[in-house]
Amino acid sequence: MASVALFVAVFLACIVEAVEALTILLAAGTRGWRSALIGGAAAVVTLAVIVALLGPAISAIPISYLRLFVGGLLLVFGVGWLRKAIMRASGLKALHDEDKIYAEKLAAARAASTEKRPLVGDWYAFTLSFKGVLLEGLEVVFIVLTFGTNQHNVPLAALAAGCAVLLIGGLGIAVRSPLARVPENTMKFVVGVMLTGFGIFWGAEGAGVVWPGSDGALLVLIPAVLAVSLLYVKAFAPRAHLVEDVAVEEFE
Amino acid sequence: MSWLKSFGLFWWDFIIGDDWIVAAAVVAGLALTALLTHVAGVNAWWLLPILAVGLIPISIWRLQRDR
Repeated sequence: MASVALFVAVFLACIVEAVEALTILLAAGTRGWRSALIGGAAAVVTLAVIVALLGPAISAIPISYLRLFVGGLLLVFGVGWLRKAIMRASGLKALHDEDKIYAEKLAAARAASTEKRPLVGDWYAFTLSFKGVLLEGLEVVFIVLTFGTNQHNVPLAALAAGCAVLLIGGLGIAVRSPLARVPENTMKFVVGVMLTGFGIFWGAEGAGVVWPGSDGALLVLIPAVLAVSLLYVKAFAPRAHLVEDVAVEEFE
Repeated sequence: MSWLKSFGLFWWDFIIGDDWIVAAAVVAGLALTALLTHVAGVNAWWLLPILAVGLIPISIWRLQRDR
């Protein structure tokens, strides 16, 4: 059960971040594909270096401290994802819209001046693509490392992330436009619920708690977090004043 | 120095995000759970779930208020 949950959580989180990175990459690509692709590739290499440096360091932490640290981190991330997802689902915040975000990025990319640097034809396209892929990928790297080391299965977490990147990369090449049809808002909700559930479970275990039902507690914990979150959506919906302006927030 | 400041701000934004109360409450919740478990001998498995689901509306309210 835990392996399936690990795969699903990492896969969904990675899909969401990959879709957002693709939107930025496509906008940067309109100025010059070479610079945009070099920027994206440089970001992937940087992420790989971070994994190579942090992976062994995290693995060296004793399991109880690891669970305390990882649980706390996942809980902070999870509550953040869930809070935004609840605000979007209830109407307190505009839904994440890849088409509109792409239009904004495209307008900014077209307005920016061209600056040439060695090896890179267009510095703006390079940095836009590099920052986009790096920042979207960083959270996935943390999720892969924390879930993977806790479950003693980093390869499975990496496989889930790899599958997601290949899927979105393939779709991106085929469609060559932002993947607005991917149900990002729903997926963010699910990832938020799973990060929060696992964060609670591992954080409490790291603090010395013995869960009633052992690992089976997750089967109650995750549905309970989902149920309460859905109740919050219902509770906040009447207070929502429709948000007309589009939330074009950087890298969220 | 400005590079160091930017680096610190990036990690603050990445981990803490737009509401520091969440991170502070999670750290306090973990510490309290450890204290109850190791010092008072209470198996406080219920504390973090209550804290997590309680934090969400508080954080939403704070973000709405600050808009």
